[in-house]
This record gives sequence, structure tokens and C-alpha cells, in this order.
Amino acid sequence: MSKKRVYIYKGFERFWHWMQAILIFFLAFTGFEIHGTYSFFGYRDAVRYHNVAAYMFIALIVFAIFWHLTTGEYKQYIPTLKNIKAQLDYYLFGIFRNAPHPTKKTVLSKLNPLQKLTYFGLKILVIPLSVTSGLLYMFYRYPSKQGIEAINIQSLEFIAIFHTVAAILLVAFIITHLYLITTGETVTSNLKAMLTGYEELEEDKKDEKIDVKNLSTEKLD
Amino acid sequence: MKKIILIIAFISLLIVIAVGSLSQKDTEPTTLMKLKEKYSRKEKPSVDHSKFAILQQKFTSPQQVTEACESCHNLTAHQVMNSNHWNWEREEFVQGRGVIYLGKANAINNFCIGTKGNEESCAKCHIGLGLDSKGKLSTDPKNIDCLICHDNTESYAKAPEKGGAPLPTLDFNKIAQNVGKPKRSNCGVCHFYGGGGNNVKHGDLELSQFEPSKDIDIHMAADGMNLQCVDCHTTEQHNISGKVYSLSSMNHNRNTCEQCHTTNPHKDDILNEHTLKVACQTCHIPIYAKGNATKMYWDWSTAGKLKNGEPYIEEDSMGNHAYMSIKGSFVWEKNVRPDYIWFNGTASHYLEGDKIQDTTKPLVLNQLHGSYADDESKIYPVKIHIAKQPYDPVNKILIQPKLYADKVGEGAFWKDFDWVKAAEVGMKEAGLPFSGKVSFIKTEMYWPINHMVASKENSVQCNECHTRDNSRLAGLKDFYMPGRDYSAIVDSGGKWLLILTIIGVLIHGTIRFYSYRKNKKEVSK
Repeated sequence: MSKKRVYIYKGFERFWHWMQAILIFFLAFTGFEIHGTYSFFGYRDAVRYHNVAAYMFIALIVFAIFWHLTTGEYKQYIPTLKNIKAQLDYYLFGIFRNAPHPTKKTVLSKLNPLQKLTYFGLKILVIPLSVTSGLLYMFYRYPSKQGIEAINIQSLEFIAIFHTVAAILLVAFIITHLYLITTGETVTSNLKAMLTGYEELEEDKKDEKIDVKNLSTEKLD
Repeated sequence: MKKIILIIAFISLLIVIAVGSLSQKDTEPTTLMKLKEKYSRKEKPSVDHSKFAILQQKFTSPQQVTEACESCHNLTAHQVMNSNHWNWEREEFVQGRGVIYLGKANAINNFCIGTKGNEESCAKCHIGLGLDSKGKLSTDPKNIDCLICHDNTESYAKAPEKGGAPLPTLDFNKIAQNVGKPKRSNCGVCHFYGGGGNNVKHGDLELSQFEPSKDIDIHMAADGMNLQCVDCHTTEQHNISGKVYSLSSMNHNRNTCEQCHTTNPHKDDILNEHTLKVACQTCHIPIYAKGNATKMYWDWSTAGKLKNGEPYIEEDSMGNHAYMSIKGSFVWEKNVRPDYIWFNGTASHYLEGDKIQDTTKPLVLNQLHGSYADDESKIYPVKIHIAKQPYDPVNKILIQPKLYADKVGEGAFWKDFDWVKAAEVGMKEAGLPFSGKVSFIKTEMYWPINHMVASKENSVQCNECHTRDNSRLAGLKDFYMPGRDYSAIVDSGGKWLLILTIIGVLIHGTIRFYSYRKNKKEVSK
């Protein structure tokens, strides 16, 4: 099979991805300072910057949702159980034996089943948890008889703890994500693809999957 | 086409910015500007007292001066004699107690304990000219001491231990012709020295505030706004606003910062939001006792020691009394960081004769009410004053000792140094039972800190409270505060999750690295 340079990540997609990366890093950095983990900007500035970054993050999410819906790209994230075991096998065993990736990357299916599952979880669980708890945190009002036109909640405790949990999960994701970047065709190919949009893919017009049964570890030995 | 749209968008953005910034030229004056303008105008009195014929006569007694005052101010006596400054008590409602009359007349404090039996000494600050030896108030309006508050010459002074009479050597004519609105010196001469010396009681009221610098108090600063006490403590018919919670129970007639500043005084909304739960004083008075030390601890149990049969005094490194035979041992502190409490403006008090419920715990003499869950409560800075006071271990009530007397042998502790005798006489004068036994109990008093306001640059910074270590609000545990609080489970769980993730990634990466090299070798073979 011959290889071909394919335009796989579109301009907005790359912008969205890198902007999101920067914002999540910055939010985590300022957020854990607000949490009391360390001191860098000083509490007051950390809060200010965190809030500004939060609004930018929310705006970015709105654009991203719009883009995913209008382009149909959201379909990339619909999770599937098919090939999950093969993908796990690959990361746990095959990768050490120089085995090929069990799923083929194509323009119409750029994510492997584990990625689909992880990103789907991020999109419907961790990010919403982070954003809603963050918004509640921002618009939280002390219990007040003055009837302030916002949410009156008895205590910030649950909001803050949920927000921390979401932040920790995101950091754990980022560590894994950063490492898994290096598991592409070459160590840098995934990074290059996310920067330029182009990736060397096996030329195949049809969007087909590799037969799992033919990919048993026995055969690879 | 694209380029044209871009250019149009860019130009219209420029226009919007230009219009916005140019039209803002006539900005509204800020609250601070308006306040500065208002207080920079010096009030001119509408009369000149030195020109009144009635004040030209030769006064031989202070009562004659008062008579002259009242010949024009003919409704004032009634107002004054209804004020708590005159009566040493006022009507208060205390939850669970109902309506009581509370004041210096019957409250117990952490300092000289109480006024009963000691009135002649206490009365050197009274606005009456004479209390009789029983402490009875005069009902004669001629005995109102107008001058103690209205003398503007700063020469008027009371004689010690004479029931409120002034020094006999004063020039009453000069003083009477120079009366006016009370100044800091009029109020301070009593309120700065409460409890027997400078800054003993409050911690935020002391002699450095006669002529304070901006570092001491940004509002009162002589080289700044130069506010006088009565500029904030506004007064109607001699009823002065503001009160001290050693003697007050009700949330009314209080003095507030919002009288001049609004409830949203900051440009920053995050700060404004704090005002719902945090009093202005909490951030804007980072320390008190700035000029001179204040008394934090008073131990009566050590009083009465004599050297060669004579009472003596010892001083601490700052020159404050560390020990006095008549009063016991003291601890003084300067530049004190306040304690913080929830406070809703109401308080309850230990009154003469109240039973002490639990003698093993410190007895709080003025319990300030409040909590996070209470909508009316805000966080306030307080000075917590601790004392050890005599109490009757059989009847379980605080003892009101007789402290002051002219002569030895009348039972006064300051002359005879005998607790049992002083207790016996004092309790008899107070009309309370006494078992004949004297023990000592720890008592606490809470003094809200309201003065010595700092400049905004010197106010409490965010991270002084929002921090895990040594937070100013470390003692207020009934709410979650970002930066200070966290869930120990979530934090340690999160820490381990991240550590394990990193370890997993490192192991996976290492195996990959070596298997890659191995595979490469095999291929090359």
C-alpha cells in the first residue's frame, strides 16, 4: 500500500485544538493557585486571569460545538465498542513488538476507538462538569436576603470540590494525551499532523477497518 | 471582496473605540471625590459665643455656666438627661431576656469590673457635674456638664475622684465663650482612656488619634480629611449614633461605613460581592493599636502583692504597666492583627448577679451573635480581651469588688488589698449575695474594631485570607473559602491519580524505548 499526504485536520480544528490546549494549561495553572496548591501570580491576579480565560474557553467551546455540528465532524466522536480490545491490546502489547496500528486513520475516521471513547467522555462528562461547576463558582452568591438576581446556594463547598475533581481529571488526561502523541507512525508524526493538518496516511479510497481476527498476536509473532 | 469586508470591519471598530473614548470626557465625580468635596468645606458656626452678654459675667462655678447655656438652649437639658451618656444605661432588648436596662450602671466588664461602689472615681468621665457618694444621678439640669463635650479651648478638665466636678482652677469665662461642636479632643479625653489608661479598652481608640497621621487613620488624619468624631457619629438631639458592644445588645442606631460610602464602593465587582458577608472593617483595618499598645490580658488574681508593705508597679519593655499591686498583671500588645467573628449586630451580656453556667470554660461577658448561615451576619474584626476576675465559687456569680475609697479601712481593694473584704463591701453595695469565698475565673470580652482605618493600599490583601497557611480567617470554620479550604480526600486522591499516571506513562515509554531498539537490532540482523 502506498502512502499519501492527506489533509486531515482543518484550519479551524487546529486552531480550536491548540487554543483549547493553551487555555486548559492556563486555567489549570491559575486554578490550582486559587485552590491553594502554590503561589505564583498572587491570589487576586490568579482569580482575575482565571476568570478571563474561563470566558475565552466558554466562547471557544461555543464555536467548536457550532463547527462540529455544521460540518458533521461530531460523528468522529460517537463511541464504538468495535476494535476496542484490539486497540487496548495494541497499547499494552503490540506497540512493544512494532506491530501496526490496529485501526486505520482516514479522513472520515481519524480517531481510534479508545480515542473516541476518551474524547466522548471528556466532551460529555469532564468538560461539562468543569464548565458548569466553574459557572456556578463564578455566579455563586452568598446566601442573601437581598434577593440578588443570581443563584443562592447555601455553600460553595460542593461546587468547589466538583470543580477540583474535573480539573484533576483534565490534568490526568493531558499527561496521558501528551505521551500518546508520541505513539504515531513516528514519534513526531501526530504532532506534525496537528500543526500542519497533513498526515501521511495509507492510500485507500474506501473507509474500511482492518479485520480484527487477522490481527491476533499469534500471527504477528 | 474579502479584503473590503475586512477593511470595513476594521474601520468601524476604530470608530466605535474613538467614539467611546472621546464621549467619556465628562465623567461623573466618584463617591470619593464628592466626599472629599463635602468634608473639605469647613462649617462656620452661625453664632459667636464670645459676643453673648450672658457669657461676659464672672463665673465662679460650673453650674453657673450651665445655667447660662440653658437660658438660650432651653430644650437641651431634657435631651441630655434622656441620653445614655447621662444615664449610664439604655433600653435594650436581649433575646431570651426581654427588655432590660443595660449600661455602665449594671454591666460587668473585663477592666475595673463594674461601677457599683466606685462611682466617684468612674464619674471623672461623666457628663454630670456631681454624683453623690451613693452614685445617684442629679436630677437638677444645672448639673449637666456642657463644657466637657463643647469646650473648644482644650483647657477644660475634670478633677479626679470628685464625682464629675471640674478642676477648680479653670477659666470658665474663656471656656464658656469658646464653645462649639465637639472635637476629637472632647470625645477622646474620655473614650481614649477608658478602663484606666490610654488604649486600655478598645485597641482602636487612643491618644495618637487626637492628631493622627494617615498611617494611623486615613479618615481622621490631621494632614488628610481631618474628620472629627461627630462627622461620622452623627447626632440628633444629643442622641449620638454608634455604640460599643460591651454595653449594647440591639442592632440599631449603629454607625456604618455606608453612611458615606455605598454598599458597592469598589470598582472591582468581586470585591463588591464580598460586602454581602464581610464588613468593610475586616479588610480596611488590618491592624489595630497602631500608635500605642493596648491591653490584651488583665489578671486580677495576682493583685495585692506588696513590697515593704507598699503597693508597687512594674513596667514592660514598651513602658506599659506589666504589674500593679492594685490591679494585677497585664499583657500589652502593639500593632495587633484582629481576631475575626461572625456578627449580626446583636449581643447578649453577663449582668450583675447572673449565674455562671460552666465555671470550667471562660465566661464570655458580651456574647456577639452571628454565623455564616445567618443572613444578617458579616465577618467583623474584633479585639478579644481576656481577664481573670474574682467570682464567688459557692453562689457562682461574678464578684463586684469595692475598689476605690478615700481612706484605708473602708474595704476598698485599692487601699486594703483584701479580696474578701472588698468583695463583701462591693457585693453589699450591689445588693448581691456573697458566700465569703473568692475564686478567679477566666472571662472574655469582644470589642469590634471600627477605627484606625488604613488606606486602600494598606488594606488586607486577598491572599491574607485565601490561603492555606495562617489565614486571617482560619478560625471561621463554618463555610468553604477558596484558597483556604479543600477536600482532603479529593486532593490526596487527585495527587495519587496524577502520580500513578506519570509512573504509568514513564514505564510504558521506557519499555517502548527498549523494545524499539531490540526490534531494530533484530531487523538489521
